[in-house]
Amino acid sequence: MKTKLLKSLGFAAVFVVSACASDPQVTQTTVPSSTSQQPSSRPVTPVQTTQTYAPRPGSIEEFSTSAGDRVYFGYDSYTLSAQARATLSKQAAWMNSYPRVRVLLAGNCDERGTREYNLALGARRANSVKDYLVNLGVDPSRMTTISYGKERPIDPRSMGEAWSINRNTHTAIVSGASS
Amino acid sequence: MNLKRALLLAMMVLATGFAAPAFASLEIDITRGHLEPTPLAIPSFTGSSEPEREIGRQIAGVIRADLERSGLFKVLDPASYIEHQSNIDLQPRFAEWRVIRADALLAGRVVIENENRVRVDMRLWDVFAETHLFGQQMGTTPENWRRIAHKIADSIYQKLTGESGYFDTRVVFIAESGPKINRTKRLAIMDQDGANPTFLTPGSYTVLTPRFSPTAQQITYLSYSSIVPSVFLFNIETGRQEVLGDFPGMTFAPRFSPDGKKVIMSLVQRGNSEIWMMDLRTRRRTRLTNSPAIDTSPSFSPDGSKIVFNSDRGGSPQLYIMNVDGSALRRITFGKGRYSAPVWSPRGDLIAFTKHFQGKFHIGVMRPDGEGERTLTTAYLDEGPTWSPNGRVLMFTRETRPGAGPHVWSIDLTGANLRRVTTPGDSSDPAWSPLIE
Repeated sequence: MKTKLLKSLGFAAVFVVSACASDPQVTQTTVPSSTSQQPSSRPVTPVQTTQTYAPRPGSIEEFSTSAGDRVYFGYDSYTLSAQARATLSKQAAWMNSYPRVRVLLAGNCDERGTREYNLALGARRANSVKDYLVNLGVDPSRMTTISYGKERPIDPRSMGEAWSINRNTHTAIVSGASS
Repeated sequence: MNLKRALLLAMMVLATGFAAPAFASLEIDITRGHLEPTPLAIPSFTGSSEPEREIGRQIAGVIRADLERSGLFKVLDPASYIEHQSNIDLQPRFAEWRVIRADALLAGRVVIENENRVRVDMRLWDVFAETHLFGQQMGTTPENWRRIAHKIADSIYQKLTGESGYFDTRVVFIAESGPKINRTKRLAIMDQDGANPTFLTPGSYTVLTPRFSPTAQQITYLSYSSIVPSVFLFNIETGRQEVLGDFPGMTFAPRFSPDGKKVIMSLVQRGNSEIWMMDLRTRRRTRLTNSPAIDTSPSFSPDGSKIVFNSDRGGSPQLYIMNVDGSALRRITFGKGRYSAPVWSPRGDLIAFTKHFQGKFHIGVMRPDGEGERTLTTAYLDEGPTWSPNGRVLMFTRETRPGAGPHVWSIDLTGANLRRVTTPGDSSDPAWSPLIE
């Protein structure tokens, strides 16, 4: 089955939505919002298919659904909004519960900037998140920060709504989660 | 694609009975925009065998395309040529070339000397003055005929404009494919005219912003091949890749110094990017900026004494100049808009940049003192200019409209001659090589 194959390959959820738009079960259960999905082909979030979905404690899925793995920024800004701080509080609490987990904090920008400036801006966004998580007790040695600049959009459209989604810091769990 | 092989290409001026005039009566002033292109006749090069004539047709085709693409020349349709020279050493019947309104005639001959060597003789004639402008003889291996063609096009460009050419050059760029949310970006290289495209990285990791060394044998670029993205060096002759320096953080935005002995780049520490310089021989590194602001996209002046870069220390991204030791810092852009990606012209007289203003992106140029700003292009996204080695043409990345894939485009410094550059598929981040020796 085409959809099974896509899922087992760990394709990005956004991609799955477009590929499976005619399958109501898949769209209902796998895409709660555009904010909790992985950005690319990075095979870290296997997409579940059943309606009775309960993420395993300490898993990447649980982190994504209970805390949220992205926080969003304003145009040319790396200041954390109240909503971003709320998400990061949940991320910190979760990380403090699972001290073996290590994360990659990747700063992202919208397409309305030049490549190198956006790499610098993305680095600031990643660091804002790291600083906040450190203040909430997460050991800095568990976090690596990088910037993708405008190279990893999660919404491909060229419009304001997409740009605000694409301005974010993504918290990707790289090790220590239960599978 | 092998540079060593390419370097075997020998070049010498033909010593003949024709006395070249001290200066050409046919001269083109390329500093003016929107010139009427100079009409040239370029028949296929002659040969005494069919394999020779086949190479002759191909060489003439490449020369025609190079000169036409410059926007300074119009190559007349070969079907209109009246005279068909069999011996290029004899003076052409100028009257017959005047009839078709050719200002100059290029005549060439191909001789296959043995299976490893082809010789090409050429002569350029001024049709109206009825003079021999110059002649050249070149030799190379048969599969290297395109470089002979580019060198002849460079010679003609230099003779008729007084400026060095840019046809025997290559372009390194990023070849893009796949959906926008899962894009594949590979390091690629090609001849300036789009021939011989070759991928240098596999596409399993993203690479960005390649730049040529002044010796054209090395490329520096940003690679995501490991967890922390870093500046790498790529040796074109050996294919070897290496991380540049063991920096404590992400490095990006690299460029070589004009002597090729140093690389300047940004290093991120605690989210803050500063500009650093690394000596390639001693591997010693020096920090050049010290500001909590974004400092990136450094580019050397061609004499190596100054650096132009992008900083938002004034509240928005603007261009700044400093001495190579970090002293004498000053801002040079005060116009409306956000300025970034500055690149110093190889002639030293101008800085090209990207400007974001009122929802559009532009490529522009200004003098190093910030005066004389001129906007050359406008699009949904235009960014990342790179100079031809003679400082007359810029290539850049363009997305013509929202959602359109990026492509490499070029434009003359005059603002004329906007063209899409031939690349295999979507392409971005072009960087022009120096003239190949």
